[in-house]
Amino acid sequence: MSVTFDDVRHIAALARVGVDERKLPALANELSGILAHMAVLTRVDTSSVEIGPPAVATPWRADSGPPIPLMHPLPSFAPIVRDGFLLVPRLATHGGGGHTGDSEPSGNERPEDEGSA
Amino acid sequence: MTASKVRAALDRAAAVGAGREGLNILVAVNPRAEDDAALSVVGRSEQELPLSGEPVAVKDNIATLDMPTTCGSRILAGYVSPFEATVVRRLRDAGAVILGKTNMDEFAMGSSTEHSAYGPTRNPVDPSRVPGGSSGGSAAAVAAGIVRMALGSETGGSVRQPASFCGVVGVKPTYGRVSRYGLVAFASSLDQVGVLGRTVDDAALALGVIAGRDPLDATSAERAVPDYRADVRRAATAAAPLAGVVVGRPREYFPVAMHGGVRDRCAVALDALVRLGATVRDVSMPHTDYAIPVYYIVAPAEASSNLARFDGVRYGARVSADALAAMYDATRSQGFGPEVTRRILLGTYVLSAGYYDAYYKRAQEVRALITQDFRRVFADGVHLLFTPTTPTPAFPLGAISDPYEMYLNDIFTATANLAGVPAISIPIGLADGLPVGGQIIAPHFGEGPMLAAAAALERALGASPLTTPPSPAAARS
Repeated sequence: MSVTFDDVRHIAALARVGVDERKLPALANELSGILAHMAVLTRVDTSSVEIGPPAVATPWRADSGPPIPLMHPLPSFAPIVRDGFLLVPRLATHGGGGHTGDSEPSGNERPEDEGSA
Repeated sequence: MTASKVRAALDRAAAVGAGREGLNILVAVNPRAEDDAALSVVGRSEQELPLSGEPVAVKDNIATLDMPTTCGSRILAGYVSPFEATVVRRLRDAGAVILGKTNMDEFAMGSSTEHSAYGPTRNPVDPSRVPGGSSGGSAAAVAAGIVRMALGSETGGSVRQPASFCGVVGVKPTYGRVSRYGLVAFASSLDQVGVLGRTVDDAALALGVIAGRDPLDATSAERAVPDYRADVRRAATAAAPLAGVVVGRPREYFPVAMHGGVRDRCAVALDALVRLGATVRDVSMPHTDYAIPVYYIVAPAEASSNLARFDGVRYGARVSADALAAMYDATRSQGFGPEVTRRILLGTYVLSAGYYDAYYKRAQEVRALITQDFRRVFADGVHLLFTPTTPTPAFPLGAISDPYEMYLNDIFTATANLAGVPAISIPIGLADGLPVGGQIIAPHFGEGPMLAAAAALERALGASPLTTPPSPAAARS
């Protein structure tokens, strides 16, 4: 297979590598030469091959992050916590107002801040 | 004592001319090496420190904190990693001192260490010749007598081929045996950190320290690390250490047009294996000849993706331009050398729409057949394979300009990377005054028997040609 100048321009753009137009002939020639050696693979009978996962698959780990390195547990100082997330007042620009949680505001929450963040 | 090992290594480096004007082996020297040597042993016993005060050289694509990690590339000039590789941490935890970073082909793409932004490394055995690559600096550091052991990296033979050219020992472990965390990625399905040593025992010691599961690398295997040195010791003391071992001699690795000196040294090594008690059996691995086309599709394809991160934004150098896309283009075209550019373009081509099935998918299918070749011979009662490491001894600097001709240097080594099996190169003598390497390949996680056979062969063949390192005068000539 012969690589054209346009092919080189195309893959250089895909790879985000600037290629000087003066280097196009040499690059096209080199790539064509290398790819010519790959043609031998078309003669291999691969009908018996099924590409699947490797025999020794990558080991699994628990789907969780590392513990959060805090001195005190999150609920002890956060206004509202749900599922490990801090709930905060909705931004005024997002409309609707009010906090995003379903739970009632705790004693730490300051409703007057809503919309002012 | 510990500091004196480091001092001796630094003196040796100066004496042989390991800097840029000489053999060009070290691209950075650890400014804290002597302090580290003193600190490495504080509060710890010798038993805890199998590498107490031992200076170790590290290839420049393995992340260290005290020195830049540049991969021999302009695009990473001066880049200092904010974290260190797991293999480096394990070496330091074992008492080793990182002496410096070694020269390499840019981003580990090459077989001669001529493609480096720092210029070529010269072979300490004959400075008019290449040391092999891409871990040429690490192999040369061991061969020149600067360090007993060094780290390199393997993608298609980048530890074993330079080990063969420089007359030292080089090990490519099983894929997954050693953590790749902190190894700058080239081709992730093939990459593996490897070790170079003056003897098989040196390599076994270093491998035992760096091997094992690492939670920071999901591809590292959950398998216990055997005592490799015990395997080596047993082989060194037994009367017939290879009794009952069947060694396969794959005919595809001994072509008719082979270099005569390499063929002769392999014949002597095979005779020695028989004297050690092994049975040598001719076997066939019919897909071997496809290894280079497969490798040079798979590796560049993965490289084109891995190296996309070097864009002038997140790492290293940036070439300013008026627009973002122009900045990417300018940074990458000026930052990467010609061989890296060629492989990125090749990888992009074989992955691009219209060519994916013809090249990349096809290559993955043939790769599976190459892996099946190994599975079949090992299932048929062969315990180990013996082959030459390289088709020829070290060639002169500048002798090979055709890219594909250079790629053929990996013809006997790339198969082990494609199949993920471990392999070792050890010196088996000289041809035309140059070192020749013999390769032993084992089944997955068979490093212990592989190292034992290598140690037995090393002993049977006598001292390696570089047990006495070359004189400084010879190295500089």
